[in-house]
Amino acid sequence: MSAESGSTSQRATLDKRGITTPSVRPRPSQGFELWWWLFMRISGLLLLFLAVGHVLIMHVLDGGIERVDYEFVASRWQMPFWRTWDWLLLSLALVHGTNGLRVIIQDYVRKPQARFLLNWFFYIVTFIIFALGTVVVFTFDYSKYLGG
Amino acid sequence: MSKRDEVGRLYNGKTGQWMWVAHRLTGVAIILFLFAHVVDTAVIGWGPEAYNRVMEAYANPIVRTLELVLVAAVLFHAINGVKIMLIDFWPRAALIHKKLSLATIIIFVVVMAPITLLIGKSIIESI
Repeated sequence: MSAESGSTSQRATLDKRGITTPSVRPRPSQGFELWWWLFMRISGLLLLFLAVGHVLIMHVLDGGIERVDYEFVASRWQMPFWRTWDWLLLSLALVHGTNGLRVIIQDYVRKPQARFLLNWFFYIVTFIIFALGTVVVFTFDYSKYLGG
Repeated sequence: MSKRDEVGRLYNGKTGQWMWVAHRLTGVAIILFLFAHVVDTAVIGWGPEAYNRVMEAYANPIVRTLELVLVAAVLFHAINGVKIMLIDFWPRAALIHKKLSLATIIIFVVVMAPITLLIGKSIIESI
């Protein structure tokens, strides 16, 4: 919380090298928020490949979404590579997105109870979706519906 | 000036502030879609008939247009995310942040142009 207070009055700062930095949300200096700040950038870099790759493969290249059906997904998930890709994408995107929601809620929801409830609503939804997605990615059985 | 106004003007800028707003909006749109997308993909566990029925429900011009919006949201968030990291890890980039925002928009438009044509053509042909 302390990292937030007093920051809004800061309009332009001069760093150690004398470079003027236009007013931006200050980088959290330590603790919980610093780790989340770092996580957003590291996961963002990974998602740059995982999410953009996923979108291009599924929606743009080689006929796009029109060629995506049961057969397409099933044969893709024959390969552990794509199951791993999809699970990594699921996990990172969920945590990255839910933390993003937390930061936005912190900015716009002022009542402590409402903030608490909204945050926990999204944490629970995220957990359920993560559990569902994980089960689906790892337990999908192609042979179950062969010839059925 | 109330505290609320100050927060709304956190970046107190033109280009940078709008890029920041767009980054938030696209981010929220993507995570909300992701929640739904995991559920629709989970239907694959009920076999080909169930899953293909879901895909058919998505195959109409309205949802296909939302698909294009989603692709645009992901690409904008990704390209602007790179800009954010450039400014975060290379302080001098902050001096040219307006040029970097312009570059972000140009790259986004250049990438989206062929994608819009491709998905747009596919939507029109499906009508």
